[in-house]
Amino acid sequence: MSGFLAGLCVAVLPLLAAGFWLGRRTARPESLGDLGTPVEHATFQTLHTASLAAPPLRAGLTEETARKSARRLRTLLGTDALCLTDQKEVLVWDGVGGHHRGEIMERLAGPLESGRGEAFRLKCPDPDCQVRWAVVAPLTVDDRVHGALVACAPRESAVLVRAAGEVARWVSVQLELADLDQSRTRLIEAEIKALRAQISPHFIFNSLAVIASFVRTDPERARELLLEFADFTRYSFRRHGDFTTLADELHAIDHYLALVRARFGDRLSVTLQIAPEVLPVTLPFLCLQPLVENAVKHGLEGKAAPVGKSHISITAQDAGAEALVVIEDDGAGMDPALLRRILAGEISPSGGIGLSNVDDRLRQVYGDDYGLVIETAEGAGMKITARLPKYQPGVHPAGRLSEE
Amino acid sequence: MNSSYAVPAVALVVVATVLVGAFGLRISRTTSDFYVASRTVGPRLNAAAISGEYLSAASFLGIAGLVLVQGPDMLWYPVGYTAGYLVLLLFVAAPLRRSGAYTLPDFAEARLASHAVRRLAGAFVVGVGWLYLLPQLQGAGLTLTVLTGAPDSLGGLIVAVVVVATVAAGGMRSITFVQAFQYWLKLTALLVPALFLVLAWQGDGAPRHAFEEPATFREQRVVRVDDSLDLKLDRPLTVTVTGTVDGRTHDDARIQLPSGTHHIERGTRLTFAKGSTVPAADRGTNGGMSTSLAASREERPLYATYGLILATFLGTMGLPHVVVRFYTSPHGVAARRTTVAVLGLIGAFYLLPPLYGALGRLYTPELTLTGDADATVLLLPDRMIGGVGGDLLGALVAGGAFAAFLSTASGLTMAVAGVLTQDVLPTRGVRHFRLGTVLSMAVPLAASVIVGGLPVADAVGLAFAVSASSFCPLLVLGIWWRRLTPPGAAAGMLIGGGSAFVAVAATMAGFPGTGPLHALLAWPALWSVPLGFLTMVLVSLATPGRVPTGTEAILARFHLPEELRAEAKA
Repeated sequence: MSGFLAGLCVAVLPLLAAGFWLGRRTARPESLGDLGTPVEHATFQTLHTASLAAPPLRAGLTEETARKSARRLRTLLGTDALCLTDQKEVLVWDGVGGHHRGEIMERLAGPLESGRGEAFRLKCPDPDCQVRWAVVAPLTVDDRVHGALVACAPRESAVLVRAAGEVARWVSVQLELADLDQSRTRLIEAEIKALRAQISPHFIFNSLAVIASFVRTDPERARELLLEFADFTRYSFRRHGDFTTLADELHAIDHYLALVRARFGDRLSVTLQIAPEVLPVTLPFLCLQPLVENAVKHGLEGKAAPVGKSHISITAQDAGAEALVVIEDDGAGMDPALLRRILAGEISPSGGIGLSNVDDRLRQVYGDDYGLVIETAEGAGMKITARLPKYQPGVHPAGRLSEE
Repeated sequence: MNSSYAVPAVALVVVATVLVGAFGLRISRTTSDFYVASRTVGPRLNAAAISGEYLSAASFLGIAGLVLVQGPDMLWYPVGYTAGYLVLLLFVAAPLRRSGAYTLPDFAEARLASHAVRRLAGAFVVGVGWLYLLPQLQGAGLTLTVLTGAPDSLGGLIVAVVVVATVAAGGMRSITFVQAFQYWLKLTALLVPALFLVLAWQGDGAPRHAFEEPATFREQRVVRVDDSLDLKLDRPLTVTVTGTVDGRTHDDARIQLPSGTHHIERGTRLTFAKGSTVPAADRGTNGGMSTSLAASREERPLYATYGLILATFLGTMGLPHVVVRFYTSPHGVAARRTTVAVLGLIGAFYLLPPLYGALGRLYTPELTLTGDADATVLLLPDRMIGGVGGDLLGALVAGGAFAAFLSTASGLTMAVAGVLTQDVLPTRGVRHFRLGTVLSMAVPLAASVIVGGLPVADAVGLAFAVSASSFCPLLVLGIWWRRLTPPGAAAGMLIGGGSAFVAVAATMAGFPGTGPLHALLAWPALWSVPLGFLTMVLVSLATPGRVPTGTEAILARFHLPEELRAEAKA
């Protein structure tokens, strides 16, 4: 009996899921049957067809998008054949009379050059051929001709010329939007490139100064530090890939801290707490090192040079589908209002690339939910939490350079 | 069985698990251990973690029970459970790691760039996870009942509460260490008693008739029948009965039962004389983990065996808690090395349960009658060694059994909760992960309470079958076939996995009782896996325009070693 109950429960689950899915599908307002007068109905029908044709074109004019939208566009115009071309070739031919492709392209040279529409008679040896006339309407974006919409019909028709012109204008608008989308994507990419972290010049000067101070007193130590410096700069200056793994980033932080410790000695102590599961997590390149640099700076700020000590703790935890990285210092802290203005980009902090850059990059890559969370108050230290999803489409580490 | 040692042992395992989970992080305070603390998990540690998570109640208790009841045929179970990793090693491990996917839905999205397929994969992860959690909870209930006589659902409740509490409170921060610890605990808990048991067997004159048919009682034995059952007798049997047999009440009467089927009421005590054969129980509705699908197996052993082999070979790669562990490997090559190590570790472990099964046939044959065959492993130390030593070894085994429930259940709960939080519950955040944890455990717990006494070893087998019919085509074709399309993947998963799921439901509901149809439904993998593959291929070929753009680049990333990729880009 109980086995039967269990089976029943298991059997009902997919049924419920299927019902939910069906309900969702049918709830969409697909039918336009009972809408107003015939004129209104026709208007809705036209608008609906137009809206269906729009999404593919938003991705630009390619063979695939042309194929997807051509059928809808032909319904919109009500012609026997419709073709979309770019400047060189026919992208798609929807409807009858596909053998006119070559002829159309020859005749298109003029309109594509001038950007003006025209209508012409087609030559056809086949007496039964349905298409005798072609109406050409160029597709223009920013006054540049990208291609043409060609509607073919059995006879000449002024209405068709007019309609084809209007539809071509509408398609052009969609292509302009596609162009806009593209430039927006390019802008974001450029922004990411510009945001790409650079190590702060101060750090280079300070490190070299520290190394120089050891050259005579402790040449061996100076050599080690120089190697650390080389490793760190090689990591920072590498050219390929925008992403790295948490393990590599932590190694870079290790080199960085070795150099900082050489400068501050006992004044700085660091605790590290890492769940090894999260080490392969992919994250934007050099997005934790600036946080540590920030913690070092704030931790020692306002503490008397020879005695004041600072403690930094770095933890990385496993939290389901995310990794949680927390960087905490016990230094001077910061006024939250000031910090808010820095993060909003209203004022730039003195020296270093700082928090707002990291915050921006995390938001760019993972979305606005994944910005830095900073807890601080004046004199109360600072705790920075970054959440890194273990998987994000399009985020891959650049690959290992060598096996360690 | 004496519970004064077993209960502290179980409690110790639970506490140790929580402690390792909460404090097993790598901590460094000086520069020199910075490197140690940030070193990635090596293949051996990760392999121990995967093995620890993988070896569940079905492996720890179920296999011995199956061997006890049905003999050496059941050795296909451990072989299948192990060989699944061979398939994983050959076809999936390294590309899956290089895909960067953390879960199976992630893989679907990475490969097919489709949100719909991602959702569908998520739904199957939840389904397989719940099917797999059910036997863990029931096994825990059984163990606790055998140890202390507590009610059946209490053990499941304890496991559920412990797992939800630790996972939701972030107690699994170092899950790799926890699971690796659990593997070694489980291996110790079976290995050490096994050594003593083999010594005891030697001391007993090393009897060798373990697999002679039928099993016989080696000494006079009283069996209490807890659930009514039908006895099938091939030859007449003389037995002393206190209770009701075939509707007639006896009181300590020695009777001879003729050949045929006899109905024995619950609460009846049967006393078998030394040397009498162990009768076969024919149990319809209620069974332990190991008795359930026996009927259809006996009818069509070849078909059932192949169904089992296919399900376990191909199902392993789709188990959600196994897949997420591969993410811990730093790169594809390490993922492959890990899989090889897993094969070694699991292979070593699976040598032990059949040993218990064989000894069980010698020393505890009456368990086939009482429906507690799964308790073989727990009862053997007491039966063969006895005294304080037996109790201590029994406690060790009980602790190992609880480690099995805890590790598999916590891994599954995390996997299911992850999918629920990411793809089902509306917004993200830590609170929602907790909610997801509770939800992912509540459903199987409720199911195990409502439908207690379900044939649970089969639930594991059925979870494997669903996984093999839905995720195996997705992973194998996704990795090795560039013409796979999102509609093809969705259709293949729905038809392959869905039909396996329906077969599972029908089997659980006990429909229909016998015949070839029942065998088809009880071992669905043999037809549902090819069906899933075929659908996926055909629908993909029918929708050539839907091949995701960038497929070539994605496949290159799956298959090229990471060093090469870095050089190509540099």
